[in-house]
Amino acid sequence: MHIALERRAERSATIAIASPLIAIALTLVTMAILFAILGKNPITALGVYFLEPLSDVHSLSEIAVKATPLVMIAVGLALCYIANVWNIGAEGQFLIGAVCGSWIAVKTQGTDAGVWVLPAMLVAGAVGGALYALIPAFCKVRFGASEILTSLMLVYVAELILDYLVRGPWRDPNGFNFPTTAEFDSVATVPTLFADERLHAGSVIALIVVMIATVLLGRTIMGFEIRVVGAAPRAARFAGFDSDRLVIVTFLISGALAGLAGIIEVAGPVGHLQPGISPGYGFTAIIVAFLGRLNPVGILVAGLFLALTFIGGENAQISMKVPLDLTKVFQGILLFYVLACDSLILYRFRLVTSRAGAAHGSV
Amino acid sequence: MGLFEAILLSVIAASTPLLLAASGELVVERSGVLNLGIEGMMIMGAACGFAAAYFTGSITIGAIAGAAAGAGTSAIFALLTLGLAVNQVAAGLALTIFGIGLSGLIGANFVGERIEQAPHLYIPVLTDIPVVGKILFGEDAFVYLSILLVIGIWWFLYRTRAGLILRAVGDNHASAHALGYPVLKIRALAVLFGGACAGLGGAYLPLAYTPFFVPGMTAGRGWIALALVVFSSWKPGRIVIGAYLFGAVTILQLHTQALGLGIPSQLMSSLPYLATVIVLVLISRVRSSTAGSTAPASLGMVFVPDR
Repeated sequence: MHIALERRAERSATIAIASPLIAIALTLVTMAILFAILGKNPITALGVYFLEPLSDVHSLSEIAVKATPLVMIAVGLALCYIANVWNIGAEGQFLIGAVCGSWIAVKTQGTDAGVWVLPAMLVAGAVGGALYALIPAFCKVRFGASEILTSLMLVYVAELILDYLVRGPWRDPNGFNFPTTAEFDSVATVPTLFADERLHAGSVIALIVVMIATVLLGRTIMGFEIRVVGAAPRAARFAGFDSDRLVIVTFLISGALAGLAGIIEVAGPVGHLQPGISPGYGFTAIIVAFLGRLNPVGILVAGLFLALTFIGGENAQISMKVPLDLTKVFQGILLFYVLACDSLILYRFRLVTSRAGAAHGSV
Repeated sequence: MGLFEAILLSVIAASTPLLLAASGELVVERSGVLNLGIEGMMIMGAACGFAAAYFTGSITIGAIAGAAAGAGTSAIFALLTLGLAVNQVAAGLALTIFGIGLSGLIGANFVGERIEQAPHLYIPVLTDIPVVGKILFGEDAFVYLSILLVIGIWWFLYRTRAGLILRAVGDNHASAHALGYPVLKIRALAVLFGGACAGLGGAYLPLAYTPFFVPGMTAGRGWIALALVVFSSWKPGRIVIGAYLFGAVTILQLHTQALGLGIPSQLMSSLPYLATVIVLVLISRVRSSTAGSTAPASLGMVFVPDR
């Protein structure tokens, strides 16, 4: 006797809503066990991780700061994944966006350039990210090269480009040889929303991105094409939808959003270009996209939740001496559970008795 | 020892982890499963392999622990994609994120520690032959194992009935199922085998390549191994060529950096990654202009047996 999967007659609406919540609950249980193994009190540890950051204004502001790049990148990735296009190089597009935008900041440094600097930086960041994303899209459409591998390889290349610039031509001459540019001028900085907090105007841009993406996916022909190409490629071909064009378009949009997130991060909370500006936002955004069910509003919630784990992880590292890598373990486990629970929307378990199993020659 | 000999030896050392991981993934993909989690399984193999070797002082136990860690990590992937019909691309990514995190957690206690390196073969007279002696008869056991592994995989895939069934499952899972072959069980075994190979390839890094463990020390090798499988057109013989070519690129960039030609070191460091992109483009282009795809026909597709 064993358990097998069986396709449901139609997708389960109940599980579709419940699955992210079940996944989070299972992750918390697993985390509690992990904490116990590490010799920490699970209840206290979970409290430090998930509740403490919610208890004061400063931490809430920090969560929004961390969620901003996650949400912007994940919205773009969701468009790709819905269309069955696998851009996993958002981390690289984020870095190149940061580099391209910083180019303007570095070149105008110390000049009397006016208020146009920041808008120009944002545009340069988005364009840079989009063009960088165009490379794997072009290789896919023109030559059939797997976009999964090419987009990921370019992440390493982007890290090295950034590293070269801040150690070489763009290094701050007064920076004691640290690999960083000088602090950006105030016209090249994303303004903060409140005094004494790092929460910045970029978070507002992220909200606007979520709204535009909701309309694009739900209310436009392009959104419809993206969904059909992903769900039923054959039907899409018969309908005359050009899947190659969608590969290019989804890569361009997600690259632009990742690049924009990159320059906002540099011109906002960081304030200068340096290596290590991203604690893996481009990869965590993949989890955010799936946890948010590839839906822009869901992504907003999921982005805030994962940002919470970044802040909680930092707090736990300081107050409980828990290794920072635990946050990555947590994120990986969460994605496992999200994917597993999502499977139950389309399938259900069926108990196969050994006789029936033998009769059908299965294991 | 001449410079040429030294370069060849280091090329072989740089190629071996790629060869081990890529040949395992070749079997996985031939069974119709795309496991993108090689990077995660390799780094788990590196961390657990180093930990085991550190405590026992035995490279053999370290290697076994590395392979076991890789297989154990891949079991999660098998459970998700085969047991729960989860999208293989997403599950593979999750495996990589998870593996990098957990290996950092395990390895944190060992950063800065050193171990004795895997011994190199020494046969009197033979190893002392000039130029080729050390290359043919003076390698560590992993190198010989990786070559035997490729030969074994070739023999299994093309000369055994089980290999034929595995290829059939990869090319058309519905027909294989209709003929009564246990598709999911065969795929699960292939995934575990691929995980063990990736874990062994990862364990090679701290056991034989460098004498210490660094978090994230696989540095994208898992992804390059995936590209190698595409490069090989899913044929074992070509995996050897591909792995040694990439090993050569890695070593070439190290030596050019040492020469100090004024080329930015970052440009040289990015060579293996750029080479991967270029090779993927060239291979895909050649393939589309000739016989069409040689990829297993069911690669990456979800299979849920019906009644």
